[in-house]
Amino acid sequence: MSTATADIHDRPPESRVNYLNANYGIKSWLLTTDHKRIGLLYLGTITFMFLIGGTAATLMRLHLVEPQGALLEPETYNKMFSTHGIVMVFFFLVPSIPATLGNFLIPMMIGARDVAFPKLNLMSWYLFITGCAFALVAILSGGVDTGWTFYPPYSSLYSHTPVVVMALGIFIAGFSSILTGLNFVVTIHKMRAPGMTWFRLPLFIWALYATSLIFILGTPVIAITLFLLGLERLLHVGIFDPAIGGDPLLFQHMFWFYSHPAVYIMILPSMGVVSELITAFSRKKIFGYSFVAFSSLSIAVISFVVWGHHMFVTGQSVYAGLVFSVLSFLVAIPSAVKVFNWTATLYKGSISYQAPMLYALGFIGLFTIGGLTGLFLASLATDVHLNGTYFVVAHFHYIMVGGALMGYLGGIHFWWPKITGRMYPDMWARVAAVIVFVGFNLTFFPQFVVGYMGMPRRYAVYPAEFQVLNVMSSAGASVLAVGYLIPLVYLTWSMRYGPEAGPNPWRAAGLEWTTPSPPPTENFEVPPIVTEDAYSYPIKQPREYPNAPGVARV
Amino acid sequence: MAAHGAHEHPPGFAHQFEDMAQQKEAGTLGMWAFLVTEILFFGGMFTAYTIYRELHFESFVTGSHLLEVKFGATNTYVLICSSLTMALAIRSAQTGKRKGQIIFWLILTMILGALFLGLKLRFEWYRDYVDGIVPGINWAYHGPHAPGVQMFMCFYFFMTGVHALHMVVGLGILTVLVIMTARNKFSPEYYTPLEISGLYWHFVDIVWIFLFALLYLIGGRY
Repeated sequence: MSTATADIHDRPPESRVNYLNANYGIKSWLLTTDHKRIGLLYLGTITFMFLIGGTAATLMRLHLVEPQGALLEPETYNKMFSTHGIVMVFFFLVPSIPATLGNFLIPMMIGARDVAFPKLNLMSWYLFITGCAFALVAILSGGVDTGWTFYPPYSSLYSHTPVVVMALGIFIAGFSSILTGLNFVVTIHKMRAPGMTWFRLPLFIWALYATSLIFILGTPVIAITLFLLGLERLLHVGIFDPAIGGDPLLFQHMFWFYSHPAVYIMILPSMGVVSELITAFSRKKIFGYSFVAFSSLSIAVISFVVWGHHMFVTGQSVYAGLVFSVLSFLVAIPSAVKVFNWTATLYKGSISYQAPMLYALGFIGLFTIGGLTGLFLASLATDVHLNGTYFVVAHFHYIMVGGALMGYLGGIHFWWPKITGRMYPDMWARVAAVIVFVGFNLTFFPQFVVGYMGMPRRYAVYPAEFQVLNVMSSAGASVLAVGYLIPLVYLTWSMRYGPEAGPNPWRAAGLEWTTPSPPPTENFEVPPIVTEDAYSYPIKQPREYPNAPGVARV
Repeated sequence: MAAHGAHEHPPGFAHQFEDMAQQKEAGTLGMWAFLVTEILFFGGMFTAYTIYRELHFESFVTGSHLLEVKFGATNTYVLICSSLTMALAIRSAQTGKRKGQIIFWLILTMILGALFLGLKLRFEWYRDYVDGIVPGINWAYHGPHAPGVQMFMCFYFFMTGVHALHMVVGLGILTVLVIMTARNKFSPEYYTPLEISGLYWHFVDIVWIFLFALLYLIGGRY
């Protein structure tokens, strides 16, 4: 990084008191109420969970190299895709950006010392690792085979796997989400610095605000649903079991009432990250600030009225299907608003292709493909053909991996110098971003084709004519795995050996860049007063960091 | 941050806030947001209840007949009284009464809450267990609509059980409030913990009023 010059930053990070060296020892981390440290605790936890979910995916893809299955027993295969789905959704993607970057950045972006309830924030992390512990126990005692959706009556009566332990893990981790969302909403409402009006907030904050609303409104419903499922399984009483008058469709309604909005829990924070990256690396104000801000909120609102599109072929009434289909199409509007506004922001910008920007551009392309193929599935007639095939798998991986995960990686790369005070090798980061992009497309594009040709998801075996596409997909998965492991290596390396980043290596706008890297414990040496809109590019390199553009000294 | 020197902090002030007013607003908004999550949490159960009552109306009326309105009504009265004493505790703090008076109302609230749980446990759940109408644990009902009645009783125990759990949490919160009051943490300028705990307590009462109507009044015995 040529911009990480030392002249603005005469002292090395270690000689200043910052949040990382303010105190040492395990206890100072386990009892911390500093939002930045809690963000790092989450980062470590979800990286561990990501490796578990990734291992399960690797075994699945290896198995599917041969039509009759190369590696696993069919029962084990079922447990692998269930473990992969459950771990990646509930223990990686849902907390990914909100709990790590959100925790780290929300107070800094709005000019606060901490979140509104720091102890509650720490408690959320403890709830989360307790949930992770239950999930690990369930995995180590054999793993569940229900898929991540836990549909009864299979999950409540027939499965001989530790469903209750796994459901309990998700239940507990859910309360972590609820409390995190609550904390963020109160923080964004009440903790903003003087002059930080709603329409001066970075769009990352708007996105996280919308996400937090979904946390608050959606997560309690999945909690009570899994609670009822667990009781049915433990006590053998009929809630969802049709044999004694229960209604399995009710479970599906209640499950998707959370789990569809949960998709937007995963993608909205990434959209927020991309808004930051696109402006920073094209050195322009965002095009249509208020449209992008309100598109986040409208995605959150619409997300609660489209859950029925998961149930077009499960016995839901045709008229309900019609309404859900139309409502699902509505999601395309705010999503397209975002894509068009990002594109318009790029127009005539002075674009630089540093690693975070590569992820952001990758996000726009992959999210567009994922979103457009979603329209195929929201159409009643095409969904009858595509439902339950690899087309669906490919579609939601374009959103969740091509979208959410690319945004997460882009965000981690963008704010890494702020988090650690160190730069990573830019060349390696660009190489890794390209490898991830290529590997991702090689893995999942063939799945659109094989799904369209009729290959059902969740099967351990498949007809021989699908082998070429499956081998392509498995080959892509190994490329993708390499792409994920490279950042793990150089980011870890950079924590100790990376060159100093300085307060603002990207010359980006935003309050978080006006404070030293790593930031002091209470974030700002001088409490900021905001006098400008967000993204007031071009930003000059700040000579003395507490007096960066847009921030007046008190 | 000017008022951030350690010597200027009023009691109960948390470092992340600028002043007491901000702390109060944050606490209040936090509790309201929490109550929204609670509404969604109970809302899941109420939705399931409503759908099954529609599907199995006769069974639910028969099941409701297993419950005795007099106990439900007594407990409703007890809880409404406890809401009054809770409000009086907050009022005492707000008008700067002696801390003994605040503690008196808080402890009276706790006694009423405990009375609710005692009545529920002794005269309802325990008798239900003896009578064999607890699904999954002791189920010996052989009357009409047995599967549907079992489902009704499932909902009865889930909903009143989760409600009772909230009462127990409420009693824990009240205990903390008594200790905080005894240690002079509250003043007419700052009694936010009392106020937002009151919100929680009233919320739990309101949930019970819905439960009373939905479970007892649709066909309960008088």
